[in-house]
Amino acid sequence: MSTATTAPAASIDGIRSAIAKGETTAKALTEIYQARIAGEDDKIHAWLSVDNDYALTQAARIDDCAAKGDPLPKLAGVPFGIKDVLTLEGFAATAGSKILEGYRPPYTATAVKKLADAGAIFLGKLNCDEFAMGSSNENSAYGPVHNPHDLDRVPGGSSGGSAAAVAAGMAVATLGTDTGGSIRQPASFCGVVGVLPTYGRVSRYGLIAFASSLDRIGPFAASVRDAATVLGVIAGHDIMDATSSPLPVPDYTAAIDRSVKGMKLGVPSEYFAEGLDPEVRSAIEAGIDKLRAAGAEIRNISLPHTRYAIPTYYVIATAEASSNLARFDGVRYGLRAPQSDTLAAMYRRTRDLGFGAEVKRRILLGTYVLSHGYYDAYYRKAQQVRRLLAEDFLAAFREVDAIVTPTAPTPAFKLGEKSDDPVAMYLADIYTVTASLAGICGVSVPCGHSKAGLPIGMQILGKHFDEATVFRVGHALEKL
Amino acid sequence: MPDKERASLDDVRRVAELANLELTPDEEPRMRRDLNAILDYIAQLGELDTAQVQPMAQVSEVLATSGEGPSEKQSVLRDDEIRPCLDRAVVMASAPETDSIFFKVPKVIER
Repeated sequence: MSTATTAPAASIDGIRSAIAKGETTAKALTEIYQARIAGEDDKIHAWLSVDNDYALTQAARIDDCAAKGDPLPKLAGVPFGIKDVLTLEGFAATAGSKILEGYRPPYTATAVKKLADAGAIFLGKLNCDEFAMGSSNENSAYGPVHNPHDLDRVPGGSSGGSAAAVAAGMAVATLGTDTGGSIRQPASFCGVVGVLPTYGRVSRYGLIAFASSLDRIGPFAASVRDAATVLGVIAGHDIMDATSSPLPVPDYTAAIDRSVKGMKLGVPSEYFAEGLDPEVRSAIEAGIDKLRAAGAEIRNISLPHTRYAIPTYYVIATAEASSNLARFDGVRYGLRAPQSDTLAAMYRRTRDLGFGAEVKRRILLGTYVLSHGYYDAYYRKAQQVRRLLAEDFLAAFREVDAIVTPTAPTPAFKLGEKSDDPVAMYLADIYTVTASLAGICGVSVPCGHSKAGLPIGMQILGKHFDEATVFRVGHALEKL
Repeated sequence: MPDKERASLDDVRRVAELANLELTPDEEPRMRRDLNAILDYIAQLGELDTAQVQPMAQVSEVLATSGEGPSEKQSVLRDDEIRPCLDRAVVMASAPETDSIFFKVPKVIER
């Protein structure tokens, strides 16, 4: 059964204008969404924590503003959810892991703070794979999320809760994170819009790190316009993240309505090869035909190193993870295994109790590829291939304005279907890890359904810092 | 299948020790199986000749050398100024065991 179709239709601009005109209040709207969570989330399990009082206090501030006739900020009264790898001061931040159970971070992530300053209402924190490691949300230590379109299927991962919450109408927009596809793939599986901003566009301060050279924060929403509005709020330089870019943030919605007429869109043959589900292929080809009919020039291109992207990704991401996750040692925060005689035993027992199987697997792999005697063969090699993958895209973008592909090789698969085979699970990210490694931007936009009614997403990839172009193509596709 | 397993049980134990992970006796064979499956998959990178390719550690490197993007995308060093940081009491409140000044841990030196 589907719970995805009964969502109240509300846009960000519509909400702000309805509150400004007195047609509704932030409080009333917050209560509607809180009731939806109470009614729907038993089945979906998108939320790890909700705090109704906190949200209503935020809503009261917006309503005070509106009552005084003050101008309302950009996201005034918009009900949001935050993936549980991002910190909000005083709120639990589990990262989907037992090792952080009970942890209340003493600081707020920059992206989350920017949402709050823009008037967003935080309903709660969203379920995800443990430390954002997974493609199905089945690696959450707190139980999987169910796809609102078919409760026997996964929502995708790792930001499964963030995608499912929007799809089921339990939030108007959410934040997720994407290291190898963790925003785009669940957006595709749940039939919503998900944005991978350019690396450096959004500050990572307050994001519990998985792989620092790949991790990005981005929005989910029901429309490209709403997603673009949210990115405009959270983007920008931050003194707390040295990799955040000082480039000015454009108005991403300014040119979103411009036609795609005359735009050059690249279709890479490597993304339509073996392994692509026939229903996904025909949905994406139909979407490409619509863009062509709207005046875009479709060009066949090649990204020749694509088949090496998954192995490259799993060396680099796990190497960085093995280093980042060393900090979870039972000393400063989170879980500590009781009654250890020595410090070394305490470290090992804490990490054994606190980490799930996939996290351990990735730490072991990452430690292996960085260890003496293997570094050159694996880690250095993967960094070299990473450059070849990035250069593939730089060359392609000399010929085309954006690249269109399927987001994922299949629609949402069943819970349990791939959970015993790590390599099969990793292949769910085959079309998304390339952009992660290259640092370019992209968006997944709904593009038809399978015969069984499962959503299919088109991935639109753009040059570094050219989010405006991918939004323009995505918005056009949405309207066609 | 390769002639020889890439990671032996001893390798798995050695890496687990390096990573401060304690694997139970039933976790060890599973991790060994999975690690070998993933390493076999990764081995295809060996098909590529990368002798002349510079490793890429982060995105800003490729932007800086490609001449494609704005030059200010390169990471910049911030001014070395004193700025406020989190209050000690707030940070210590998250610790599993503390005397409110230091983190307390089990004994470090075994004898």
